[in-house]
Amino acid sequence: MDLLKELAENLRLGEDEAVRAGTRAALDAGLAPGEILRTGLLAGMAVVGGEFGRREIFLPDVLLAARAMQAGMEVLRPHLARDGAPEAGRVVLGTVQGDLHDIGKNLVGILLRGAGYEVIDLGTDVPAARFLEAAETSGAGVIGLSALLTTTMPRMAEVVSLVRERGLGGRVKVVVGGAPVTQAFADGIGADGWGFDAESAVRRVKALMESV
Amino acid sequence: MRPRLRLLDDALAGRILDEARSVLSTLGVELHDPEGLELLVSHGAVADGGGGRVRIPARLVDRALATAPRAFALYDVLGDRTHDLSGENVHFTPGSAAIRILDPATGVLRAPSTPDYVRYARLVAGLPNLAAQSTAFVPSDVPAEVSDSYRLFLSLLFCEKPVVTGAFSAAAFQVMRDLQLAVRGSDAALREKPLAVFTCCPTSPLAWSEATGRNLLDCARAGIPVEIVAVPLSGFLSPVTLTGTLVQGAAENLSGVVLHQLAAPGAPLLWGTSAAVFDIRSEGAATGAIETAMLTAAMGELGKRLGLPTQAYAGVSDSKELDAQAGLETSSGALLAALSGINSISGPGLLDLDNGFSLEKLVVDHEICGMALRLTRGVEPRDDFPALPLLAELLSEKHLLIARHTRRHLRTEITFPGPAIDRSSEARWREDGAETLGARAGREVERLVSASVPSRLPASARRDLVTVMESAARNAGLDRLPGRDPE
Ligand code: B12
Repeated sequence: MDLLKELAENLRLGEDEAVRAGTRAALDAGLAPGEILRTGLLAGMAVVGGEFGRREIFLPDVLLAARAMQAGMEVLRPHLARDGAPEAGRVVLGTVQGDLHDIGKNLVGILLRGAGYEVIDLGTDVPAARFLEAAETSGAGVIGLSALLTTTMPRMAEVVSLVRERGLGGRVKVVVGGAPVTQAFADGIGADGWGFDAESAVRRVKALMESV
Repeated sequence: MRPRLRLLDDALAGRILDEARSVLSTLGVELHDPEGLELLVSHGAVADGGGGRVRIPARLVDRALATAPRAFALYDVLGDRTHDLSGENVHFTPGSAAIRILDPATGVLRAPSTPDYVRYARLVAGLPNLAAQSTAFVPSDVPAEVSDSYRLFLSLLFCEKPVVTGAFSAAAFQVMRDLQLAVRGSDAALREKPLAVFTCCPTSPLAWSEATGRNLLDCARAGIPVEIVAVPLSGFLSPVTLTGTLVQGAAENLSGVVLHQLAAPGAPLLWGTSAAVFDIRSEGAATGAIETAMLTAAMGELGKRLGLPTQAYAGVSDSKELDAQAGLETSSGALLAALSGINSISGPGLLDLDNGFSLEKLVVDHEICGMALRLTRGVEPRDDFPALPLLAELLSEKHLLIARHTRRHLRTEITFPGPAIDRSSEARWREDGAETLGARAGREVERLVSASVPSRLPASARRDLVTVMESAARNAGLDRLPGRDPE
């Protein structure tokens, strides 16, 4: 149990080498992979999330913790698959076609990874069909779309209707964001969620993942 | 003496530009437009693998700087000269491309409409400290595909001032050029008297998107001036140190100058900046930060050192309303940029990290611009020497209110901002209704909009504008042009 506490604490501090070693040590001590994930890594990340939500720490601290999480997951993942413990889930993320703004999308990706999701980042200027392909091949539960230009917002509606057309609505949810995007716009195009910053994006994704 | 702000000494400025050149010749830039890439390579730049990265040798930079004009002028829709973009001349322009407008009735930043845009264009016509108009915000009641060009259409129809604008895609350029041709009548006339400046932003770090890269080349070839506006965001997409961010911003801008001048040597350009510090707490590019104002001033100094006319985004605020923060950030930014002698300063009217626009704020900012312009004239000796006769007159008359000297110099020496800025006594202010700044600015908006006289753009040009816009709008599924004939 102390091993996991220490693991959680090292994750909170963003010490990736210590997290890598700590994950290995926990496995060697015979702890269950699912337990290591929940009580070690995710517990540490939950603390980080809380501190970030209360504005006690800044984004770079989250980024460091996310990197440490990644290090721990690299060690843990092969064992998790064997153990059958569920991963948090996959998210396909990208900036829509015609738009190259990616700062906000990248921040959302960082926090999603930090929260334990596997993020498939398609980059910028992504055509609607590519989002669908990626979601289908990866089995992602959520597609996250970013747009910063009023001229590219309509591309979001295309992705939503493609999801419908292919009958994926039950399995794949669409979340949208970016400075010009509002809840009203998201409702108007039939998206499943909207986030105004990276932290709210994670909250929406979490809620949707639990619903699929 | 012209008051001047300097943040960089010669040694530091020289070092920053040297480093920028070596960044370009070793790391290079990434170019997503195949034609631009081809152009660079055919002049001796070295393509690096297949990813669009290209290394630009210093000699290409020197060559571009040698052909780039040191000065150019802008002309209004009637063909009258309004801007001399050179030396230390300062001109103010409203900020551009906001996505929301502050509704004075509700205090909410809401989606703007074409009637809002027409009010804006009429308002700018009545604000003399704004030498240009800009395509300030994007009306939401026209299809997104034409929302960039539609702003230019309404601007050219309702306000005579030249326009600072920009396309959001490569395709929009054609329509936006045709709109200008409708006003000028011919390609040659448009080249001779530029009417609009197009914003073209490199993508930090060290890249050009296909759309903005294309816009840059298209404008160069059409003789339409551009402002090359690097947006390195310090601490996130560029080094956290101001000096490091300046190296990167200079490299990004220089890559644009090279591309632009290779496409059309001698084509007009402004060395611009929207460099800002990234505030990790709010996850945004802080436009009102003092460090952002410092980056602006320093980028301006680098442009001047290269001999180029300059542009900057300054005089903006991150506030969501017309409050003390808005006044503080706008005036510190505007004053520092003016003291830096930046030739075209874009920003008045903008709120909320460049996302919001306010007509009332534009009125307040216009008064701030007036003060900044006054500051640039500095303390000048007029007929002040010898001082004795005037002081003798004062002693004998007991005041100088109606002295000949006062009458001659009153309005050049002292500016009289208002009605937004209020300097009356409390008692007078109460008697006048104890209005807030926002209310005074709001009344001024109403007054100027209703007092505005129709643009003198000839009817034939108006018809041509409508024809161009109608055809573009029809392609986007719009069969009438909202805002075209306001009541
Ligand atoms: C930085 C910037 C750029 C950089 C982008 C660099 C990069 N690598 O991304 C550069 C300089 C390249 C650039 C280029 C252009 N830009 Co720009 N840009 C900005 C600016 C100043 C900041 C954007 C930003 O990064 N903000 C910080 C991030 C963290 O915030 P965010 O993106 O909103 O993301 C947050 C939330 O929205 C949310 N979120 C974001 N995505 C998602 C996704 C999901 C799923 C969820 C749930 C949430 C979510 O969480 C994020 C984290 O908090 C904005 C103004 C603004 N304040 O938005 C203009 C702005 C968006 N740009 C604008 C314009 C016009 C352009 C250009 C067309 C200019 C030109 N002519 O060259 C080009 C566009 C090229 C193209 N085709 O895309 C306009 C848009 C106008 C409009 N009406 O659409 C704006 C509003 C500025 C303005 N007023 O003029 N730009």
